[in-house]
Amino acid sequence: MSQPIIELKGLTKRFEGADTVLALENIDLTVDEGQIYGVIGLSGAGKSTLVRCINLLEKPTAGTVTVDGKLLTALSEKELRAVRKSIGMIFQHFNLLMQRTCLQNITFPLELVGTPKKEAEQRARELLKIVDLESKADAYPAQLSGGQKQRIAIARTLATDPKVLLCDEATSALDPKTTRDILRLIRDINHRLGITVVIITHDMKVIEEICTHVAILDHGHLVEKGSVEAVFSRPQSEAGRRLVYPDGVPLELLPEGRVIRVAFNGGTAYQPLIASMAKDLGVLVNILGADTRNIDGKAFGTMLLGLPEDPVQAQKAVNYIASQKNITMEEVRDYHAGIAD
Amino acid sequence: MLESLINLLESWGINRAADQLQYLLIPGTIPFAIWETIYTTALATVFAYVIGLPLGIILVTGEKGGIRPLPPALMKALNIIVNLLRSVPFTILMVVCFPLARLILGTSIGTTASIVPLTLAAAPFVARVVESSLREMDRGVIEAAQAMGCSPWQIVTKVMIPECKPSLIAGFTTATITILSYGAMAGAIGGGGLGAMALLRGHGRQERLVLYVSVVFLVILVQIIQSIGTALCVKTDRRINHTNKKKRGTKQ
Repeated sequence: MSQPIIELKGLTKRFEGADTVLALENIDLTVDEGQIYGVIGLSGAGKSTLVRCINLLEKPTAGTVTVDGKLLTALSEKELRAVRKSIGMIFQHFNLLMQRTCLQNITFPLELVGTPKKEAEQRARELLKIVDLESKADAYPAQLSGGQKQRIAIARTLATDPKVLLCDEATSALDPKTTRDILRLIRDINHRLGITVVIITHDMKVIEEICTHVAILDHGHLVEKGSVEAVFSRPQSEAGRRLVYPDGVPLELLPEGRVIRVAFNGGTAYQPLIASMAKDLGVLVNILGADTRNIDGKAFGTMLLGLPEDPVQAQKAVNYIASQKNITMEEVRDYHAGIAD
Repeated sequence: MLESLINLLESWGINRAADQLQYLLIPGTIPFAIWETIYTTALATVFAYVIGLPLGIILVTGEKGGIRPLPPALMKALNIIVNLLRSVPFTILMVVCFPLARLILGTSIGTTASIVPLTLAAAPFVARVVESSLREMDRGVIEAAQAMGCSPWQIVTKVMIPECKPSLIAGFTTATITILSYGAMAGAIGGGGLGAMALLRGHGRQERLVLYVSVVFLVILVQIIQSIGTALCVKTDRRINHTNKKKRGTKQ
């Protein structure tokens, strides 16, 4: 399963114009078969350009794109069109054909490759079942909700059995519940059909929810990449820290001293730990940030604590927290070091 | 009865009402004029679309950033030609077209001959109408089609035209009515129809009754065409048809 399926090397995209914009610079990224790879960044970071470079909707200014062993950057337009049929793509605004029924939307890519009508229809009905919208076969997109539209778009893109699914902010126009449903569907597709997924998003929750790997894009540069656990537990870059840690505390203003991350599993409230530590030990810790994350369907609370500068007091606090049940703790060693560079 | 009608018309200040009525009541006078109008309009519309539809598509797809960019010099030339033809007054165009009509049809006078300048005048107009319909196309949908491996030809035939169909029908209605009204001027070069009737007999011979009657029939024709066009446009639009939730403002 660890065969690379998407390889970007030295990818650079410059938009020439009155004021030339360097959207992407020297991006190296490898996505292995079966991964769900998230690319996250703030708006304007170049995420959409990056995903469009994978199927060459955007022509890179420099660098190479290899998908499933084919060097796309070396192909002619015609060859490229053939390859694109094995690269699925879904969009923020769904981009369905509004004058066609749902069924006809799904048969559309099959029409392009000349599949007989009956066969195409049968395949479309199977796909409607996969996305759980069998009842909407003859409805028009205008009659569907946003989540339903995205399901139809997913069914449409699955029609030609793609090896790769590119998601360009596919859940950004949806409400939180629908977003989770769509993400679950994407994960399901990844598991069941073995389709490699690349997800572009600005939303950390999307990455947490389904991604196995993540790359962080900042002003056209790939500043960090790796497994989600690795990047989330030890973000190496400024942009990474900004994304991973809860907002509200300017990093430069944090006190010197040890920083630990505490995770509560199983409904333990925050308050008693901090309060009881103050009561029992007389040690006061600084809450730098707190958040509840939904990981694998369970609610996990995390808290970032700044320990007192006095090493003895700090060690007391660490021991105290380590002795608590249902709480895991890790020290964020390079927290301040990271800020310095 | 006829007597009292003539008296009524004369009392309204219409002179020679009896003669005019007699002319209008000759069996075939009005039906033939209507037929000639429809014949001229229909043929000119068809020919105008044969030229204008591809031209309109090229104006959209061939531009920089379009789905099949063409050399900028060519696009500029096409735009200039379209604007040039659209800026020539139709009466002038008719006269200029004499040699062309003679070349194609062997004659430069008559109902059929008037189709030549009509087509030439309407084609660039049609091109612009088609162009503006296609520009309403959602860029995202075209991008999705490209991502699915659509060729430019497939995008035009399977995405742009079907997706813009309601708007194209609305444009077709506008174009047909414009051609109908241009056609009314063709009486000046011996073309027939309701327009010629109004122009030559109604205005030329000061037969005001004939003038009014032919104009009334022109108005009725336009009403019918517009109603059919609007109904078709609404009926084919799947964005509004089967759902009452979304209402689209009327477009022009």
